[in-house]
Amino acid sequence: MRYIEPHAHMVSRTTDDYEKLALAGCEVVCEPAFWAGFDRLSAQGFYDYFRQLTEYEPKRAARYGIRHFSWLCINPKEADDPVFAREVMALIPEFLKCQTVLGIGEIGLNKNTRNELAIFEEHVQLALDHDLPILIHTPHLEDKLKGTRLTLDSLANFSKLNRTKVIIDHVEEHTVSQVLDAGYWAGMTLYPHSKCSLDRAIDILEIHGPERLWMNSACDWGVSDPLAVPKCALQMKSRQHTAEAIERIIYQNPRDFLSQSPRFTV
Amino acid sequence: MPNKQELLDLQFIDARHKLLDLAAFLDRIDRHPGDGDFRIVAMKTALPILLADRPDRARAILEALSDETSEPIQQAAHQGAFGAPSHSKSKI
Repeated sequence: MRYIEPHAHMVSRTTDDYEKLALAGCEVVCEPAFWAGFDRLSAQGFYDYFRQLTEYEPKRAARYGIRHFSWLCINPKEADDPVFAREVMALIPEFLKCQTVLGIGEIGLNKNTRNELAIFEEHVQLALDHDLPILIHTPHLEDKLKGTRLTLDSLANFSKLNRTKVIIDHVEEHTVSQVLDAGYWAGMTLYPHSKCSLDRAIDILEIHGPERLWMNSACDWGVSDPLAVPKCALQMKSRQHTAEAIERIIYQNPRDFLSQSPRFTV
Repeated sequence: MPNKQELLDLQFIDARHKLLDLAAFLDRIDRHPGDGDFRIVAMKTALPILLADRPDRARAILEALSDETSEPIQQAAHQGAFGAPSHSKSKI
């Protein structure tokens, strides 16, 4: 089995995890910029983080035959201070020249504040200015439904946005229809305690079909499983999904979306 | 696609385990001292959805545990989330 892990925070994972991914058939890992578990105090901290994403992680992944790509932004949890957020955003264009950077992400909302929304919209404009795909985070738990609605309302104001170049991630049963019906891609995150369980993600796939849908582990420093995608593939098999159906959701779909960046190759 | 019997064979024990865990959690909350908060209120409000005759129970429970306001807030008091909307501050 081959697969693409389209959303993983490998800076938080050990080198052993790269080996496990490779053994499980992972060919590509894509890493959106995110919250490191604590607030960084300076833009310089982000400069170093962007270097880690674009210089160090591709080399670490390559040791196991895995291609590593990244997405850049200031994540929503640290974007509530607009002055600080804009300082970090000013660093991004320099890194967009890197050959492994796919687009802008994971941007979005966390607590659904006005400042988060303003910085989200500035990121969308940055992506449009550079003709880049966008990866959007949706908020956690009780904030997800409202945050998804605010995100969709905001995106609707960007008349030049190509919706097929945008993926809205962490969808669950109460948000997936809104995202797909609006013409965007949707990502399902497989987490042990929050977001989607393996079986719920398969339910969503069975109900909505595989069009514009992918699944990811979003493994990071928290409770998460870097092997969630191949485990979900195994569960799909036990629920009598065909090998072709499994290949589509764990390999072809992420490849099709990510290939909208000319830098993405498998 | 598996039929109902095959799904029961595959997943009933796991679902039974989760049902028992939820029941034991509610017993544990009742047994321990102090006040509950909006989270247990929200959970008990959502529980009847499990028995409703509808095809979208998971979606309905997620909606019941969601912030249903529509306007962005001026400022957040914290960065995290609790799993249920905190504006229903009832105790139990």
